[in-house]
Amino acid sequence: MRLAIVREPIDVERLRREVERDDFGGVTVFVGVVRCRDDDGRSVTGLSYEAFEPMAIAAFEAIAGEARERWSGVALAIEHRIGDLSVGEVAVAVAAAAVHREAAFAACRYAIDQLKQRAPIWKKERYADGSGRWKENACGR
Amino acid sequence: MNVRVLSFARVREVLSSGQMTLDLADGATAADLWSALERGCPPLRELAASTRIARNGRVVDGCEPLRDGDEIALLPPVGGG
Repeated sequence: MRLAIVREPIDVERLRREVERDDFGGVTVFVGVVRCRDDDGRSVTGLSYEAFEPMAIAAFEAIAGEARERWSGVALAIEHRIGDLSVGEVAVAVAAAAVHREAAFAACRYAIDQLKQRAPIWKKERYADGSGRWKENACGR
Repeated sequence: MNVRVLSFARVREVLSSGQMTLDLADGATAADLWSALERGCPPLRELAASTRIARNGRVVDGCEPLRDGDEIALLPPVGGG
């Protein structure tokens, strides 16, 4: 089970293969991408992420364990990138696989929602004028 | 006693340092540590309500006693994903 903080670009296809199994019929992958505008419509040139890595990995492990309990036997893989990312780059990917699609969708959704609430990871939005702002997660975003 | 203090994001910027060692009186708590940091850096006060304190990888409340050699992390509201 791959649960990682990485500094290099995330290979989404490789993460999907981490959860493959011959008896799993459903695989869901969520990909979080850096977008060019913030919620107020301001142009964003990129995001800078940082993490407290030991606690972030512990949070990923706790979340994956909870998901396996709720959706019996589901397989999860999570990668979150840190450092300076540009618009269009992948910041986070979550892959979930299960026998049927319901569990794969539900576990994937659960994992990304919990990650955003609980993992000690931070992002700063960078703007064209060189300024920046730390961006906290609101519920459901 | 000496504790190692790690800070992140907004807190790191206000403290101008991501990592420091702090010498505290024996019996000091997490709240005492924060007060000591605020005395050295008054703008930190604004972040007191929103910052969580982790001791050796576990979030604690202010009355948690600290020990020599602890690793304390100052965690502002998260923004992952």
